[in-house]
Amino acid sequence: MKLKLILPLLLFVVLVGFLGKGLFLDPREVPSPLIGKPAPTFEAPVLGDSSKTFSTEEMKGKVWLLNTWASWCVACREEHPLLVEMRKHDIPLYGLAYKDVETDALAVLESMGDPYITTANDADGTIGIDYGVYGVPETYVIDKKGIIRYKQIGVITPEALRDTILPLLKELAV
Amino acid sequence: MIRNLLFVLLLAFASSSFANEIVTDSPIDARLRELSTELRCLVCQNSTLADSDAPLAQDLRREIRKLMEAGKTDEEIVAYLVARYGDFVTFRPPVNASTALLWFGPFIMLIIGAITLVVVLKKRAAILTSEENAS
Repeated sequence: MKLKLILPLLLFVVLVGFLGKGLFLDPREVPSPLIGKPAPTFEAPVLGDSSKTFSTEEMKGKVWLLNTWASWCVACREEHPLLVEMRKHDIPLYGLAYKDVETDALAVLESMGDPYITTANDADGTIGIDYGVYGVPETYVIDKKGIIRYKQIGVITPEALRDTILPLLKELAV
Repeated sequence: MIRNLLFVLLLAFASSSFANEIVTDSPIDARLRELSTELRCLVCQNSTLADSDAPLAQDLRREIRKLMEAGKTDEEIVAYLVARYGDFVTFRPPVNASTALLWFGPFIMLIIGAITLVVVLKKRAAILTSEENAS
């Protein structure tokens, strides 16, 4: 009899629990189906020097980060100082200029510093589509076998860098 | 007066999201229109790829058109998008282990409700008949 009385309350608490959890989920964070899968291969002109190309072939056997960004992306500018800092600590950061005007992208690197070893130019966004990019900035951690191990959706926060990305890089480097 | 004028101006500039893409009456365009209403635009998540004006939606429509011109079936195109963006890109989620609760949950709730209703009604009937017998 007592159970019967508190059962609705229990159900209500469970429901509130689920709804409460929902409040703290970010609907913009769509889990990528590419994690654990081979990173899509591409060959693209290097930003600032279209006579050269960057190819994912070159990255075989290396652990690297691919950061998609654009000069028109406000959040990317917010992220930029952290990227510059990461580069100073020898984190292998490669850029993908997503749907950008080359001169605009180069102007950002000129004024804010260039954190990338190389930036590939994805002017029409087709490489972005292969990587499932739906909002820059997005950052992929790719291991020596070319498998995507992690995707940061949105700005790399200092917490994500410290708690997730750096430990992962350490683990993958072995 | 100015408000009316503004309204007319707004109407004049309002355009469908397909406006800046070349659209003809070809079968591919009909298919593209059909299929893109089934797919979610990941930028403005509650609108379809057909309705969205986001640059990514335009790019995806362009890719879908290319795939259609290359003779891919609708299923193959949806698989192409799901491989990149996940099940979230489809408005009709596929039936699999992670969506089982979504698909069958309501029916389970319905069955639980029906069983509860029958049990409660039977009990009530039993109480009523025993009260009748007592009086």
